[in-house]
Amino acid sequence: MASVPRFWRGIGSRYNLEGTRCNECGEYFYPPRNFCVNCRRVGHIEPYKFKGTGEIISYTVIHTAAEGFEDQTPYILAIIELDEGPRLTSQVIGNPEKIHIGMRVRSVFRKLGEDGEGGMIYYGTKFVPENE
Amino acid sequence: MRDVAIIGVKNTKFGELWGRSLRDIVVEAGAGALEDADVGGREIDSLYVGNMSGGRFIDQEHIGALIADYSGLSKNLHVPATRVEAACASGGLALRQAIMAVASGYNDIVIAAGAEKMTDVGSEEASSALAAAADREWEGMTGATFPGLYAMIARLHMHRYGTTSEQLAEVAVKNHKNGSLNPIAQYKNRITVKDVLNSIMVADPLHIFDCSPITDGASAVVLAPADIAHKYTDTPIYIRATAQASDTIALHDRRDITTLDATVMAAKRAYSMAKLRPEDIDLAEVHDCFTIAEICAIEDLGFAEKGKGGIVTANGETAIGSRIPVNTSGGLKACGHPVGATGIKQAVEIVTQLRGEAGQRQVEGAEYGMTHNVGGSGATAVVHIFSRER
Repeated sequence: MASVPRFWRGIGSRYNLEGTRCNECGEYFYPPRNFCVNCRRVGHIEPYKFKGTGEIISYTVIHTAAEGFEDQTPYILAIIELDEGPRLTSQVIGNPEKIHIGMRVRSVFRKLGEDGEGGMIYYGTKFVPENE
Repeated sequence: MRDVAIIGVKNTKFGELWGRSLRDIVVEAGAGALEDADVGGREIDSLYVGNMSGGRFIDQEHIGALIADYSGLSKNLHVPATRVEAACASGGLALRQAIMAVASGYNDIVIAAGAEKMTDVGSEEASSALAAAADREWEGMTGATFPGLYAMIARLHMHRYGTTSEQLAEVAVKNHKNGSLNPIAQYKNRITVKDVLNSIMVADPLHIFDCSPITDGASAVVLAPADIAHKYTDTPIYIRATAQASDTIALHDRRDITTLDATVMAAKRAYSMAKLRPEDIDLAEVHDCFTIAEICAIEDLGFAEKGKGGIVTANGETAIGSRIPVNTSGGLKACGHPVGATGIKQAVEIVTQLRGEAGQRQVEGAEYGMTHNVGGSGATAVVHIFSRER
């Protein structure tokens, strides 16, 4: 599982779906980048809070879990394209039978996992179908 | 730049080698390759070792020095040894570093080895170590696994091109058949499409038989300048191209989830360097860590039209004796996937084939062979082209 410093570092972005945007070319980045991949050194990066809506590009239902996620199986993992453009990997809460490519989703604040019994609990962003 | 040849090769047995350590198996592979080339320790100028995660699998770093030491190349000879890491492409990249060392003229006789000892930890810990090849903070944190990432590639490939679970299974069926003909393979049992589809679901749509296994193994090759290769062997195999490309570490940031642009770019550079086209290649060892990975690989390398990889496989066009034999060794799927060793093992298979020494797996009249080694879900790709004639 994640270490405490690694989790702490991303807390703003994870809790608030906060990324960055390049003023030079207009591209949005999530997770945040401090270097624009298009403009590189001439880019101007500033913080941006995403609306949190988007659609599913692809997905899977995980039956053999990653370490620390054993009690969550089966869980839906998806690549989601936010309406502003960037894509991210996230869990989707919903019925695995009803999930599909192109499905509209919105972000919610949820527990992601924990560092064993009595360990640090991690919170962050998951997604649900938009009309739920 | 000088032309480079491979003058010696050796694979250890691939499998669950519980009674053996990393240093044991690398020494076996290295000594075997040197014996094959009839080269002595004093002639060796440098050593490159591909190893993905010694720190996590056997709690040992400083792998380059360890291997040089136990190969008897340190105490009196002080041969420089360098570990190369690019996740599952570590072996391919070690080979590339070795080629560049010889081609540049800095070194003459160089060993490229690859090794991984994965069964010293439990399968959960091994999976966790492998997941480190993805973006831990932004993929792993969400519960992503490697099968999960490739499952999302498969899902979109199916959605967009109509690829079926049966077509994915055909990759595993073919590679197990090839593996059954390979004495070093981890799995020598043949399987059917039904076996794959009935095996447990790991990450929908990938079943466990769509996935490569956890494996111990080591491989080594010996390189020399082409001009002096005949001094060592009657059958040197020549390097016609070495190419490498990068892509985003996270799958979600790719231009197209179903295309590994790093493979496309590395292949383009390799074909250009070798002045060859996909149709000139007689056989290829490609990175089939999951069945969908082989489908994408044959498309991205130009052996199948985009979206047709599943159909081409199901039609038998990638079988031994057909248009473009792929993974004659059994691939990562059946031969086994000791992550750091895989890229070197692929080269050993191609050299064996081009020498005409592959026995029942032999591709008749093979002149040009290719290897394709991928790190992570596609952030690194390494492509090599080999030829029988200089």
